Amino acid sequence: MSGPPAAGRKQVHLAAQLPGIHNVTVWSDPRARSQIAFDSFLHLAQTAERGRFDFFFLAEGLRLREHKGQLYDLDVVGRPDNLTQLSALAAVTTRLGLAATVNATFNEPYEVARRLATLDHLSAGRTAWNVVTSSDAFTGENFRRGGFLAEADRYARAAEFLATARELWDSWADGDVRADAVAGAYLRPGAGRFAHRGRHFDISGRFTTPRPPQGHPVIIQAGDSDTGREFAAAEADVVFSKYNRLDQARSFYRDVKGRLARHGRTPDRLKILPTATVVVADSDAEAAAYADEITRAQVSPQTAIAHLEAVWGRDLSGYDPDGPLPDIDPDPDSLTLKGHSLFRRGRAETARRWRALAERRGLSIRELVIEISGGQTFVGAPRTVADAIDHFVQTGGADGFVLVPHLTPTGLDDFVARVVPLLQEEGVFRPDYTSRTLRDHLGLPHDRGEDTADPAAEEEAS
Amino acid sequence: MTASPLHLAVALDGAGWHPAAWRAEDARPGALFTAQYWADLVTEAEHGMLDFVTFEDALGIQSAAFHRPDDRTDQVRGSLDAVLLAARMAPLTTHIGLVPTANVTHTEPFHVATGIATLDHASKGRAGWRPQIAARAADATHFGRRTTPQLTDDDVRDPERIGRRLRPLFDEATDVVEVARRLWDSWEDDAEIRDAATGRFIDRGKVHHIDFAGAHFGVRGPSIIPRPPQGQPLVTSLAHAMVPYEFATRSCDVVYVTPHDRAGAAAIVAQVDEAAGRSGRDMRAWPLLRFAELLVFLDAEPRAATHRKTHLDSLDGAELTSDAEVFTGTPGELADLLLDWREAGLDGFRIRPGTLPHDLVQITRGLVPELQRRGAFRTAYDATTLRGHLCLARPNSRYSQERQTRK
Repeated sequence: MSGPPAAGRKQVHLAAQLPGIHNVTVWSDPRARSQIAFDSFLHLAQTAERGRFDFFFLAEGLRLREHKGQLYDLDVVGRPDNLTQLSALAAVTTRLGLAATVNATFNEPYEVARRLATLDHLSAGRTAWNVVTSSDAFTGENFRRGGFLAEADRYARAAEFLATARELWDSWADGDVRADAVAGAYLRPGAGRFAHRGRHFDISGRFTTPRPPQGHPVIIQAGDSDTGREFAAAEADVVFSKYNRLDQARSFYRDVKGRLARHGRTPDRLKILPTATVVVADSDAEAAAYADEITRAQVSPQTAIAHLEAVWGRDLSGYDPDGPLPDIDPDPDSLTLKGHSLFRRGRAETARRWRALAERRGLSIRELVIEISGGQTFVGAPRTVADAIDHFVQTGGADGFVLVPHLTPTGLDDFVARVVPLLQEEGVFRPDYTSRTLRDHLGLPHDRGEDTADPAAEEEAS
Repeated sequence: MTASPLHLAVALDGAGWHPAAWRAEDARPGALFTAQYWADLVTEAEHGMLDFVTFEDALGIQSAAFHRPDDRTDQVRGSLDAVLLAARMAPLTTHIGLVPTANVTHTEPFHVATGIATLDHASKGRAGWRPQIAARAADATHFGRRTTPQLTDDDVRDPERIGRRLRPLFDEATDVVEVARRLWDSWEDDAEIRDAATGRFIDRGKVHHIDFAGAHFGVRGPSIIPRPPQGQPLVTSLAHAMVPYEFATRSCDVVYVTPHDRAGAAAIVAQVDEAAGRSGRDMRAWPLLRFAELLVFLDAEPRAATHRKTHLDSLDGAELTSDAEVFTGTPGELADLLLDWREAGLDGFRIRPGTLPHDLVQITRGLVPELQRRGAFRTAYDATTLRGHLCLARPNSRYSQERQTRK
């Protein structure tokens, strides 16, 4: 059924993110299952693998959000440790890439490099690291490091953190494990020796973990500021983007791809993947109705008020979610929602904009929040969705997408069963995996050090 | 006098516990960093119905010396993160407990607690943890944030002296375990309510800040992951002297000790009891299981194990030395020893196979059937959780107890 890759057509890359945290997940749906039970993760990951996705991605949150001084209780809460969970998932998948968000602020390079190298060994080369940083003292209260980083220092530390991790991965060459029982030589002398002296890290010694199968795990980045885009252009293999409207996406795509040459890299060295949602049904009309239903479930009356309170910095519980926006102004000094990256700045301006929009369109509080939440990215019958994804990629909006389903664990089922085959027929998506490592799925070179591989050491490496 | 069944664990480490084990006939030294190697071992251990396997680990490279790195290249060097390794095994097994070592000196307590809780969820209640202090000063340079005591050759000859020198690290380890246990309790079991009528996913009255403030760090909490299936995953530690016995009695559910005969086992049990008495621990409410360690070479043929060990000694260029008693013999002889030592007050044994997979297979297919014949070991798993295998109750969250008391 599946055609060969169509000449001159870009191949679409697809990844999936576990839905959870914040109001994307419709936990009230009767089909919704545990966000923690391993079986939920297994179902989603195996569905993504059945769909020949490049990778499965887990976001991170190291402190539960608090709203008006209490734990935020309206959305899904609770998630596992990413690398531990992905290691378990490596046992029930064979080709799917496994991407972990790991914070570079509340960790140390030695340990993160070691855990990522371990996952790459245990998954035979399927690991990715989404490098994030934090300037959040609220989250810092859970850590020895405590405190936080000044905004300006975040990327500097992240860049040095990443450089240090690469030094650690490179401290073993591919052939350093000789395992020559006859000669009695287990490893090459000096394997793992490292010394890094920099502004943020001054470390030395012996790294414990042989070079990962991919050389270096795939590096993912998601920053959108000028500094963030530059960091991605210099360092990342994959960039996550929030721009899933075609015009904005093209502008982001052109900008970031245009920065690569400055760092001596070709445009195909970096894959740009916007986050997207998909609602698919038998017909376009049914899909539109279902999308509306999902969006209303995502923004309950209580969620709508809480969303507004996060911007206003005030208790708005007396307001009717189906009524107009409050005419009082935000409290510029009060931060009601903690542990959330949104709404840290410009809240007065945001409030003015929202009020104007609501008045112009006659929207209630809840309708406004639904409106600004952005709705669903791709909505329609399978053919409509497949064509829209293809068009988006072929016209310079993206290299592919990170799909965030609204249901755990069955939210990818329809897409994989009904849309993926159409993309395959079009010749823009792989009919089957042709490679084993994530770098290969993404068409990225392996970061291999000096290749001194000894065939004996490769036994069972795959 | 002894009616309770014996508990058996196996300590997995590299190619086995003999430094030359990787050169043994059936060793797979080129595969130590693959998942398949470990999967074969763990499924074999589960086939033998063992209570649990442990995974050794450290944040520094292995060394023939206890207190400092060496530059040897003729022994296995290199390791994988044990928590991730244990998690990789979870979906491949259904009953056996998985107990990784994880460092408590240089790591973030919050991350370790979350990792072990995740392992418990992924394994559906089979997680344990061996919190380990970083006893080597050299490991501290891997982090560059603090220094730890450099032990001398004289220290290394005397476990009591090591314990005293490292006491601050054991005190800090006590805090780390306390933080982990509070984080595991911080979500009450029924905190997730999914109440569509009120729009609430959790009952926030049942999710608690832990507000731990110790001498070395503070953690606000709550955990980011709901309470693990076992409530409290099993906490275990290896101890050779009074300071670590005290750590075990303050913090652990199982202590591994290293007697060299039945009398030695009785003496250690008395010391552990003394430490427990000083800490005020109520052993009936919160039992501390005592497992003795043995490093074993096993063959059905008498003397074959001794020959094997002697051959490995010659390959390594030195006779094997260990903190644990080294046993060579038949599975039947080992069964005799285990049943004899048990009388000193031991609950079980953690056996270190001299070579892998050989000595593991001798345990699962030789020792276990022998013990079963004598009515001293299970013939089928009758529980699905690690606590269940060890006949330990599932604790209530301390926070739900507090709330009930306040009512």
